[in-house]
Amino acid sequence: MTMIFGVPLAVFMGQLTLGLVNGAFYALLSLGLAVIFGLLKIINFAHGAQYMLGAFVALLGFQYLGINYWLALILVPLVVGGFGMLLERYLLRRISHLDHLYGLLLTFGLALIFEGTLVNFFGVSGARYATPDVFKGGLNLGFMFLPTYRAWVLVAALAMCLFTWFMIERTRLGAYLRAGTENSQLMQAFGVNVPLLITLTYGFGVGLAAFAGVLAAPLYPVSPTMGSSILIVVFAVVVIGGMGSILGAIMTGLAMGVIEGLTKVYYPEASNTVIFLVMILVLMFRPAGLFGKEA
Amino acid sequence: MTFMKKTLTTSIAVAAATSMAISSAQAEISDGEVRIGYLADMSGTYRDLAGPGGQAAMEMAVEDFGGSVNGAPIEIFSADDRNSADVGANTVRQWVDQDNVDLIGGLVASSVSIAVSKVVEENNKLAIVSGSAASSITNEHCTPNHIHYVYDTYPLANGTAKAVVDQGGDTWFMLTADYAFGHALEGDVTKVVEENGGEIIGGVRHPFPTSDFSSYILQAQGSGAKIVGLANAGADTVNAITTASQFGLTQTGQQLAGLLIFLNDVHSLGLESTQNLLLTTGWYWDLDDEARAWADRYYEEVGARPTMVQAGIYSSTMHYLKSVEAAGTDDTEAVRAQMAAEPINDFFARNGQIREDGRMVHDMYLAQVKTPEESTDEWDLYNILSTIPADEAYRPLSESQCDLVQN
Repeated sequence: MTMIFGVPLAVFMGQLTLGLVNGAFYALLSLGLAVIFGLLKIINFAHGAQYMLGAFVALLGFQYLGINYWLALILVPLVVGGFGMLLERYLLRRISHLDHLYGLLLTFGLALIFEGTLVNFFGVSGARYATPDVFKGGLNLGFMFLPTYRAWVLVAALAMCLFTWFMIERTRLGAYLRAGTENSQLMQAFGVNVPLLITLTYGFGVGLAAFAGVLAAPLYPVSPTMGSSILIVVFAVVVIGGMGSILGAIMTGLAMGVIEGLTKVYYPEASNTVIFLVMILVLMFRPAGLFGKEA
Repeated sequence: MTFMKKTLTTSIAVAAATSMAISSAQAEISDGEVRIGYLADMSGTYRDLAGPGGQAAMEMAVEDFGGSVNGAPIEIFSADDRNSADVGANTVRQWVDQDNVDLIGGLVASSVSIAVSKVVEENNKLAIVSGSAASSITNEHCTPNHIHYVYDTYPLANGTAKAVVDQGGDTWFMLTADYAFGHALEGDVTKVVEENGGEIIGGVRHPFPTSDFSSYILQAQGSGAKIVGLANAGADTVNAITTASQFGLTQTGQQLAGLLIFLNDVHSLGLESTQNLLLTTGWYWDLDDEARAWADRYYEEVGARPTMVQAGIYSSTMHYLKSVEAAGTDDTEAVRAQMAAEPINDFFARNGQIREDGRMVHDMYLAQVKTPEESTDEWDLYNILSTIPADEAYRPLSESQCDLVQN
């Protein structure tokens, strides 16, 4: 059997694939954070809670309204994103002229309120969201058995990442957005409604988190605390990639998923910490992040 | 006048005698009431395995007993310990100091149980632990004031691992939560597997808690072991089992051995992902007619089938009340002695006996989770494969580190 650093090739390839699947989640979540930070300069600590809300809305929508998975994949990001726009319009906008830290505190407080409220009603053990029938079973890749749903998650998340990158970097709307954050007064002078643009952007970032939440619902137990456990990792990913860099967030997310996956083979005890180790190294040698521009 | 004086004196004497008789009867039951405190996690991770259902079971026991012991009414207090040893110990301290509570029941998180056992020892009250897993509760942490009733980690390792090896599951891959509880359970399992001629051929210690088990399940699949042992609990176990099912682990001929799994875990996971899982349990609602009859009554009351812990709370409360009645007092020492003197055989416990270290030993059962095809309704979840006799299931007294045991 071919061995790679003492691990059979098949196991190695399997872990690589799983790392990519997890990396796709990191990419999707850190992308939302990067969009919000890059364009609005808000450190969105409610991102994890918004991801959790996505999963919860999908679950409750299925239980009470019979909304199926495919519909949820479209509707839930719109609903949660719309809710995010209300938060931006009525809360975040009021403190937009203050230091970033105020936004961090506000969103952190909101996250605690969302989590606490749901714990009160649903407890912490979590509920299960059934895997859609189309995705039952798995693919035999020769070196591993890959559940079809995980393959779908990888495809869907990457497609969404590319779509976002294209929208912001390659379209007119994206150009307005980037210009608006660069110099909002000048943009307003040109007749562009910048406050509306900002609200929409925040809503879009939140919608991305909710989309990730719906994708995650059939994989992990849907519980009020599912967001807080992933949020810290995602922030580390954003720091490694460089705050505000969209392509950086996507690439770093995938890379960190793979690094974490391989750590689980070679030294599983460290798998929860390896990303932070990378973060420390990056901060020491490239403080602006791997893809960030030096300030 | 003389006559009246005489009558008066007599009536005073009679009245005095009567009141003395009453007060001596009251002295046997403190405050003229038997007071029981129910302490458990009512809102967090462990809510479903004991929680409000356990309180309902305790209330059923009191009601079935007739609501009073030797004429003294029984009162139940209850509180949520929120899985915090501090909250639990403070609540019990208040119950003991202010409300003169005689018995503490429920008790789920091991840390809470150990803290509470210290408080009842200081105040010479009694506690019956029904929900906790740690076998140290009646080993190094034993006191003359508490009893561990339903199960502990020793039979979990001993029962499941031994039975699995006996059935031909001789190569194991361990999936262990990377903290004290997981290490202890892994150690016990390793010992049992090797003593019975099996072999541990691999393992992973995963961080606690972990939500994504895919990588570890893949390693378990790659190991070629016949059995994947889960030395973890709660959400970690649930996540591991779900992931194993997604990766088709059991379909490819490997078997999961869950070391700490409750009926409510299997119920919420569903049979699709838990089928064929082997586990050790102290009781199962569909064990026999007697168990079913009680479970049916519980179902009417609560709307779910009882876990072994909830059934154990009923059984232990009943045993306590009977012992108070037989001893004619709620004095801790007398009741504790009476409880140990009387063997326990009811719908819950078979060959039950409380040992000097406070461990209630009774028959345990090796169970296998049914397949969806075998199951006839949502609570029809286990096949009982074999009985682990009471004297084999628990840690023998000869290995005990408890100060109360003469070795």
